[in-house]
Amino acid sequence: MTALIEVTGLSKTFGGVHAVEALSFSVDAGQIYSVIGPNGAGKTTLFNLITGIYTPTQGEIKLNGEMVVGLEPNQLAERGMCRTFQQMQICMNMTALENVMLGRHLQLKSSFLTTMLRLPSLLKDEEDCRDHAVELMKFVGCGEYLETDASAMSYGALKRLEIARALASNPKVVLLDEPAAGLNGTETAALEELIKKIAAQGITVVLVEHDMKLVMGISDRLLVLNYGRKLAEGTPEEIRNNPDVIAAYLGG
Amino acid sequence: MLKNFLQMRLKGLVVLAVIVLLLPLFFNNPFHYDLATQIAIFAATVVGLNLLVGFAGQISLGHAGFFGVGAYFSAVMTGTYGWTPLPTMLVAAVVVALLAWLVGRPILKLKGHYLSMATLAMGFIIAIIINNEGWLTGGPDGMSVAPFSIFGWELSSFNQYSLFGIEFGGDVAWYFFAGFLLLVAVWIAENIIDSPIGRALRSVHGSEIAARVVGVDTSYYKSLVFVVSAVYASLMGSIYAHFSGFITPHLASFEQSIVLITMVVLGGMASTFGVILGAVVLKLLPQVLADFQELEMMMFGLILMLTMIFMPKGLFPTLQNKLAERKRKKSEEQA
Repeated sequence: MTALIEVTGLSKTFGGVHAVEALSFSVDAGQIYSVIGPNGAGKTTLFNLITGIYTPTQGEIKLNGEMVVGLEPNQLAERGMCRTFQQMQICMNMTALENVMLGRHLQLKSSFLTTMLRLPSLLKDEEDCRDHAVELMKFVGCGEYLETDASAMSYGALKRLEIARALASNPKVVLLDEPAAGLNGTETAALEELIKKIAAQGITVVLVEHDMKLVMGISDRLLVLNYGRKLAEGTPEEIRNNPDVIAAYLGG
Repeated sequence: MLKNFLQMRLKGLVVLAVIVLLLPLFFNNPFHYDLATQIAIFAATVVGLNLLVGFAGQISLGHAGFFGVGAYFSAVMTGTYGWTPLPTMLVAAVVVALLAWLVGRPILKLKGHYLSMATLAMGFIIAIIINNEGWLTGGPDGMSVAPFSIFGWELSSFNQYSLFGIEFGGDVAWYFFAGFLLLVAVWIAENIIDSPIGRALRSVHGSEIAARVVGVDTSYYKSLVFVVSAVYASLMGSIYAHFSGFITPHLASFEQSIVLITMVVLGGMASTFGVILGAVVLKLLPQVLADFQELEMMMFGLILMLTMIFMPKGLFPTLQNKLAERKRKKSEEQA
């Protein structure tokens, strides 16, 4: 197994607050890897560090063996990393399908002149992009919303739409930040199936999630954070029986 | 499905072409042609500006500056140095593109509304240069401009032409030429919007961070659209100079930049046909209010405010929604 993401000694401070401190872990290719921990444990900060939205105060992040600290999110996307957000980031001024087509951006290479004059090569590219996006929308269960404006869609559908957009960029790894937040039981069950289907395609999934049942059910490995530090790491079984984790979660 | 899609895409352009062709039926003197030509030139300018303001959500308060550079570059080079109008206009566009790239590229790497401040300053500098360098530009008195010509064929408002045995004046020729340019401007703008580049631009407005995580280099696209909109302004500035035959520094003034922005906001941000309507209204308004000329700027300010408060989406999209709602209600009543 090769490590797809390798984090060593990662720290981030905001003023005097250590949001993430001396954190090391690695995610193997093809895994479903979950990050859990109480509110304010630094999970989202960790995601923002890995995806280039924050710059670490200290530490290294390697993607596929390459140092990626300091790269912009769009440069990370070129290297096969994509994510969704806890506060959903959907372009409400576009249709659902266009949002997913936006995800194909890196695969579309038409020049400005081709675009301006709408030459046949652009039309061909656009048609392929559209077909691919339609397929992805069906894959995540948004098939009925193809021509709907994003602003007219329900919360649960938008959550799935965001995943479709991330998948559209042909990622090696997707980071999902609380994909089940705000979903009801049925929707969560559907999400679980979806995440399994994504992993089955060989895409590595890193998950931040509060829903313990979901996390324990699908993760290959888990990382437990508390106050920005690593509390434990291991298989769901190991985590469940770890005394430190039990203490942190149940108080003790 | 694609065929349907294509037909839908060009629907608006066809309607606009029909309007441009049929409008002269209502004209009965040269002044009408003159006004309509001006409207078409300004409409084409704001169709470009709308790519920046309406679609990418970036504000430029100096677009009249680009318009002015295009106009004066063409005027000076064709008048004083004897260049041919069409190539001159293209060189002017390249100069403006470089200028816009130089101003926009560093600024657009920053988040926030720095572009509006930078363009505000840039617009002032351009206006001051045009005003002060009288030896080149004629200063506040303005300068006259040679007529336009395409491949040796001169286009002047004062000439008489005949085509297929039909006699018509230069004003009519200019009207159809400007109308044609507007159609081309709209066609290109619509092509850009409905493309990967267009989606990238709209995503900057919708959610910049979402765009970045799927690989869109947003600062590059913001700079690109800024340059494109500046080139639109420059080309139309050149055309305007040749059309009017006489230009003054007012073209490049801050007031003029505000007029352009007002056209976009009033007509409907992110609506290509909306901003054309905006240009029509704002160009016709001074004709109606000719007696209150000194209040013109105040009127524009008031229009901008009222639009923001009562129709934040702009005139055209608001009307579109109203019509759609009425249709829906009617069909509900029938059912």
